[in-house]
Amino acid sequence: MKQSGTILKYTLLILLAILMSSPLFTTILGSVRTTGEFLSNPLGLPTNGILWENYTDILLSPTFWNALRNSLIITITSTVLTVILSSMIAFIFARVPFRGDQLLFNLLTIGLLFPLIVAILPVFIQLRQLGLINSYWGVILPLVTFSLPSSVVILRGFFTSIPRELEDAAYIDGATTIGFFRHILVPMARPSIAAVGTLSAIASWNDYFLALLVLTDSAKWPLPLGIMQFQGQYGADWARVMAYVTILMIPAILFYLLAERYIITGLTGGELKG
Amino acid sequence: MSPGPFRITVSNHPMEVARQRRDFSKALTIALFLLPGFILLFLFLLLPVGQSAYFSFYRWNGLGPLEAFIGFENYQRVLSDKIFQGAVSHSLFIVFLSLLLQLPLAMGLALTLVRGNLRGNRIFRTIFFVPYVFSEVITAFIWMYVYHPRGGLVNSVLGSVIPGYEIQAWLAERDTVMWALFFVLTWKYFGFHMLLYMAGLQNVSKDVEDAARIDGANESQLLRYITLPLMGATIRLTVFLSVLGSLQQFIVVWILTEGGPVNSSELIVTYMFKYGIQRLNLGFGSAIAVILFVMTLIFSLGYQRTVMVQDYE
Repeated sequence: MKQSGTILKYTLLILLAILMSSPLFTTILGSVRTTGEFLSNPLGLPTNGILWENYTDILLSPTFWNALRNSLIITITSTVLTVILSSMIAFIFARVPFRGDQLLFNLLTIGLLFPLIVAILPVFIQLRQLGLINSYWGVILPLVTFSLPSSVVILRGFFTSIPRELEDAAYIDGATTIGFFRHILVPMARPSIAAVGTLSAIASWNDYFLALLVLTDSAKWPLPLGIMQFQGQYGADWARVMAYVTILMIPAILFYLLAERYIITGLTGGELKG
Repeated sequence: MSPGPFRITVSNHPMEVARQRRDFSKALTIALFLLPGFILLFLFLLLPVGQSAYFSFYRWNGLGPLEAFIGFENYQRVLSDKIFQGAVSHSLFIVFLSLLLQLPLAMGLALTLVRGNLRGNRIFRTIFFVPYVFSEVITAFIWMYVYHPRGGLVNSVLGSVIPGYEIQAWLAERDTVMWALFFVLTWKYFGFHMLLYMAGLQNVSKDVEDAARIDGANESQLLRYITLPLMGATIRLTVFLSVLGSLQQFIVVWILTEGGPVNSSELIVTYMFKYGIQRLNLGFGSAIAVILFVMTLIFSLGYQRTVMVQDYE
């Protein structure tokens, strides 16, 4: 009875795992064949050996490396800013009570209700008024802004849980508020800060829409937009599009495996062990 | 009385001076730490959202000055537009199907993985969760390929399994497009809910479950009367996130169908993008944004006041 239940569970899990991963396998398969092979024999293996050309074409084009550079500029700047600004805000809300703090905190949490995509039209108008169209800052600053609310909420929870005695001891030893923040709290909170940084890095690395609206000059496009460039250039050349998708997909999987602990901590508030 | 910088020079009692200096430096620290972030929040979140309420009363293409005040006309046009009504019903379709299918699937898998004592449950967790970290663009292109009418995986597999199967353009047919999209969204998002359930399950004490078993509860009673109620807070949270996420769905659908064919997969946000931003009807678009904000706000406040209120202590 117990035995057959386990077998049934495994069968279902394996079937579902196949269903979940098959789109990824066809993508990879499609990236090493020609578009013609795909259309005539969808599930077949490559007939003329593995076709690396789709990859080499992309990897040898300056467009790709330029897009990678743009992606790195946007991702690194917005992640660093998000981490610094959200730990500063979280520190005040967790540790330094003042009159009106609850009101300000509520104002911040309004942001949790409106992800960037929902506020995109007003944000777009605002970016135009500030003259930030076609500037990296026009992408970076809204990305940072819209990561702040959730990052502050995660970090505040952690900062609050650090014992009061530690803070008192630091002050008795002559530390200033800023000193306590920099030399004691931040080093202790490293795992949560890493979680916030990881989530913010994923969000900015994946951003597509803001960049599409703001960066009018295609030389400034990050990787996700590069796919449009390829698509336009080659029409419906699925082989190349799939190679491009695979090139973007593999780092995402590797990054997930490396940062799994932090991603899971960030998403579940530290409750699920990696 | 609040201490101001001028009082420091006026007062001369040493204790008073020290206290004021401390207060002043505390206020300075607070300002220094909060200002940079709050300036951003004000510039890119609070102000734009507030301004869109104002723009929504104008006919405005975003270029000229704001002078054609038309009152509630934009709102009347949005609300009476058949396409917008369709968009709302498609968004609700995603909301309800997610609650009815996606969340139970996620729960079932979380229970199986956490309570099943199966080997390799980390591998399964990774496979089920990994689409969540892919960007929406990657997701959309993968599925455009999978649904491809001529060579796509779906048609090839169905064609080889079902005799006499006729090729379907899943994303181009009015009857199938919403289901096809829902399938993609489930593929991408259920792993996230599964992860939250797995986290929630770890907080349900095994001792309580064992005690119920000793008292003669069978597995389905255990689930219904012990495990699920103890996971109430997590379930309420995932329902909340799922509804908001579904209402705010956009990029995957935009890349796959642009709301088509003939508006039959239009969602609230694709409608806003198409008729507000693309056609530069920024006043009209602002009205759509405001309607979406209000829907979100009403749902969030209502849900938090009535359903989630038990989770705050």
